[in-house]
Amino acid sequence: MRARTRLLAGAAVTSLALLATACGGGSSSPDAGNSAGTTGGGGGQITVNGCTPKAPLIAGNTSETCGGNIVDAFTAKLVHYNSDTAAPEMDLAESIDTSDNQNFTVKLKSGLTFQDGSPLTSKSFVDAWNYTAYGPNGQAGSYFMTPFDGFADVQCGDADCKQKPKAETMSGLKVVDDTTFTIKTTDKVSNLLTRLGYSAFAPQPQAFFDNPETFGQKPVGAGPFKVDSTGSTETVLSKWADYKGVAPAQVDQVTFRVYQDPSAAYNDVVANNLDVLDQIPPDQLIGDQWQSDLADRFGQRDIGGNDWVTFSPEDPQLKNNVPLRKALSMAIDRTSILNTVFNGTRSAATGWVPPAVDGYKAGACGDACTFDAAKAKAAYDAAGGYKGTLTYTANVDGAGNADMGTAICNSIKNTLGVDCVLNGVNDFATFQKGIDAGEYKGMMRSAWQMDYPSIENFLAPIYSKGADSNWSKYDSPTFADLLNKAAAASTPDEANALYQQAEAQLGTDFPTAPLDYKKANFGWSDRVSNVKITPFGTPDLSSITVK
Amino acid sequence: MAAYVVRRLLQMIPVIIGSTFLIFVMVFALGDPVAGRCGERACPPAYVAKFRADNHLDQPIPVQYALYLGRLLHGDLGTTFAGNSVGAELIQRWPTTLKLALIAVVFESVVGIAAGILAALRKGKFLDYLVTLSSLLVISIPVFVIGGLAQLIFGLRLGIFPVTSTQGTWGQLVLPGLVLGALSLAYIARLMRATLMENLRSDYVRTAKAKGLPPRRVVGVHTLRNSLIPVVTFIGYDVGALMGGAIVTERIFNVNGIGGFLFRGITLKDGSIVVGTITCLVLVYLLVNLIVDVLYGVLDPRISND
Repeated sequence: MRARTRLLAGAAVTSLALLATACGGGSSSPDAGNSAGTTGGGGGQITVNGCTPKAPLIAGNTSETCGGNIVDAFTAKLVHYNSDTAAPEMDLAESIDTSDNQNFTVKLKSGLTFQDGSPLTSKSFVDAWNYTAYGPNGQAGSYFMTPFDGFADVQCGDADCKQKPKAETMSGLKVVDDTTFTIKTTDKVSNLLTRLGYSAFAPQPQAFFDNPETFGQKPVGAGPFKVDSTGSTETVLSKWADYKGVAPAQVDQVTFRVYQDPSAAYNDVVANNLDVLDQIPPDQLIGDQWQSDLADRFGQRDIGGNDWVTFSPEDPQLKNNVPLRKALSMAIDRTSILNTVFNGTRSAATGWVPPAVDGYKAGACGDACTFDAAKAKAAYDAAGGYKGTLTYTANVDGAGNADMGTAICNSIKNTLGVDCVLNGVNDFATFQKGIDAGEYKGMMRSAWQMDYPSIENFLAPIYSKGADSNWSKYDSPTFADLLNKAAAASTPDEANALYQQAEAQLGTDFPTAPLDYKKANFGWSDRVSNVKITPFGTPDLSSITVK
Repeated sequence: MAAYVVRRLLQMIPVIIGSTFLIFVMVFALGDPVAGRCGERACPPAYVAKFRADNHLDQPIPVQYALYLGRLLHGDLGTTFAGNSVGAELIQRWPTTLKLALIAVVFESVVGIAAGILAALRKGKFLDYLVTLSSLLVISIPVFVIGGLAQLIFGLRLGIFPVTSTQGTWGQLVLPGLVLGALSLAYIARLMRATLMENLRSDYVRTAKAKGLPPRRVVGVHTLRNSLIPVVTFIGYDVGALMGGAIVTERIFNVNGIGGFLFRGITLKDGSIVVGTITCLVLVYLLVNLIVDVLYGVLDPRISND
C-alpha cells in the first residue's frame, strides 16, 4: 500500500512537471515572416543581422548602432546620405539655404505625412529638436543640438538637474509656416547641412509627444520602412508605400534578427539562412576563409571609421614628451599587425581622418605613422625612453581588440625594448568609467564611427577642449582657432582646407597615434542581390532586392 | 507524504527571499549601468540623471530592494533598460529553454543509463572499455568545441540539422540539445556503471540469484532501482544547470533561451534582467530538487520522506 502511494505521488509530481513543459511548449515563438524564403514569388522578405537595442527606439535618444540601424530604417530626415559617396542629398527637405552659414532657411517638400497618417510639418522638426535638446528629458542625442542658438538655455543648471533650465525651447529654431522654418546657430557652422542627416535630427509625430514613454515600443517615422513589431529577439519592418524621399525600398519586409554571437550569424549567412551580414568575425578573416566560404556573395568597402592609440594624459612620462610619443608610434608596424589580426581588412592610417570622408587628405601623420625600426629606436633613445612597464588598455569585448593590443605591444617591445603589457578591461562600460576617472596610464585603445560624413566629425568631438570624447585632454589654441575659422568658412572647399590644417596641427602636437581606417566586410545569401554597405558600415536596406 | 511536500514548499520561501536579496545587493551595489550606453562617447549628464532617477539607482540599497520586492509580489519583474517587460521576455524564452533541457535530459538519460548498464554488465570486456574511453573523451573536450564542430559538420557541411535555432522549434533544438546532453551523458554513463557494479556485489543480489530469478529481473527490477538513486540526483542537478547555464551552447546556436538572456543582462549590467531571471531559476531549481526527493521514495522504499 505504502509503495503504491509513493508511486502515485511520484507519478503525479513528475507528470505535473511534464505538463508544465507541454504547456510552455504550446505557445509557439513568433514565426511571422522571419523564415527566409518561405513566401516565394513576389514576397521580397529579407533578414538582416541585428543586435538588441539598448534603449527604446526614439531617434533623439539612440546613439548606439543596435538601435541606430533600426531607427535609420524607419525615419527620414531633412537630408539623406548617398549610400555610395556619403554625400548629403535632399530627402524630406526641398531646400536648405544660407548666405552666411549662420542663418538657415529650411523648406520642406509639400504633402508630407508620417506613417500613422499625421501631418509632417516644420513643427514636427522644431518640436522634436527642442525635446531632444531639453535637459530634463535626458536624451542621449542632445549633444547634436549644441550648435543651435539657445541651446545653453535649455540645459539643466546642475548635473543632477535639480535646477530647471531657463527656457523650454531653443530661440534659434523658428517655425515660419507648415513647410518652412529657420535655424540660427550661435556660431557659424559650415557643415550644418551635412549634419542634418544624422538620426538625432529626425522629426517626431504628435503621437510621440503625447506619449514619449511608450512610443518606442511601436515607433513611427517617415522613412522607407515602417515598424511592424519590436522585440529583443527580432524587429520586423515592412515597406511604407507613401515614402516621399530619395531612397525608396525595393523589398517588402526586413527582419532584424538578433544574434548573440557573430559566429552564429556568419554560419547562417553561409548556410543561406540569413540574407545580409554586415560584419565578418575576425577568425573567419584569416586566410580569406570567408571569401572561400561565401564564394561570390561577399564584399568589402572603406567606411567612415578609424582606430587610434590615445596617450594617457595621466601619464607624466608621456604628457609633455611629443618626440617620445612619435617614437612609440613609429615602432608600431601597422601593416604587419593589420595583416595578422584582421587579414588586411583594415588599412594602415596615415592621418586622423579616413578616406571615406569628405575632406580626407592623406599623410597628416607623416613619418610617425611609417614603421621604421632603426629610426624609432634612435628617436626613442633621444627622447629619453619610457621607464617601467608601458601598458595598453583596451576593452576586450570587441572582436579583435585583445589581439590588436597584444600585437601593438609586441611590436613596441621588439623594436624599442621597453616592456609593454596589455591591460584588458572586460567591457566598454567599465573602460569608459576608468577613463573618466583617469585610471589608466600609458596607451589606450580608441575608436570612432562617424555620425555624419565630414572631416569635422573626426576633429571637433574628439580634440576640442572639454569635449566628452577628448580622452587625451588635448588643448591647443591654434587647433581651436583653425576649427572656428573652418566653421565660419563660406565654401565647403575653404572649410575643408582649414580642417586639413587643423589635422596637420594634430600631426605636430601628436596627442594620439592613428592606427587604421576601418573597412566593412559583409556577406549575403544567394536569395538577394544589389547588396550595398553605406559608408557608415550599415546595410543599405533601400537598394537590396530579392532575386 | 503530503505533509512532507507542504513542508518543503514552505521552506522554499525563505530560500527565495534570501537568495534574491543576495543577488540584488551584488548586482545593484556594484558597477555602473550607465557607462557605455551611448556608443563611443560619454552620456550627457542629463541623460545619466534621468536614467538613474527612472531606475531608482539613487536610493539606498534596502529601499531599492523593498521597492523591488513590492513589485515582485504583484507579479511585476521590472522592465529592461530597453523598455521591454522582463516578465514578458522570460515567458517568451521559457518554452525554448524547457524544450532544449527536455531534449538534453531525455537524450542523456536514455543513452547514458543504457551505456552505463551495458558497461557494468560486460565489465572488463570491449564494451566496457568503449564506454569508459568515449565518455572520457567527451568530458575532456570543452562544450564550445563540441558545439562548434557539431554545427559545422552536421549543420553546414552535411545539412542534416538546421545551422541555428533562432525560432526555437523542436526541430531546430535537436542538435543543441544533443550537444548539451553529450557532456552529462558521459557523467551519467560512468556514474551508472560504477553504482551498478557496486550493487551487483550486494547480498540481496546473491539472494535473488539463489532464489532462481532470471537475470533480467535481478538486474532490471531490483538492482537498477537502487543504482538509479545517484543518477537521479545528478539528473536533478543537471536540469537546474541546463535551465540557466547553457550559455555557451545558446550563443553558438543562437537559441533565444534564458541563459543567453541572463548573460546579456550581466554584460549590459541590467539589474532587472539579472535579478528577475535568477529569481525564476531559483524557483525552478527548488522545485526540481523537490521532485527528485519525492522520486527517491519511489525508487527505494527504504528511504522515508516523513
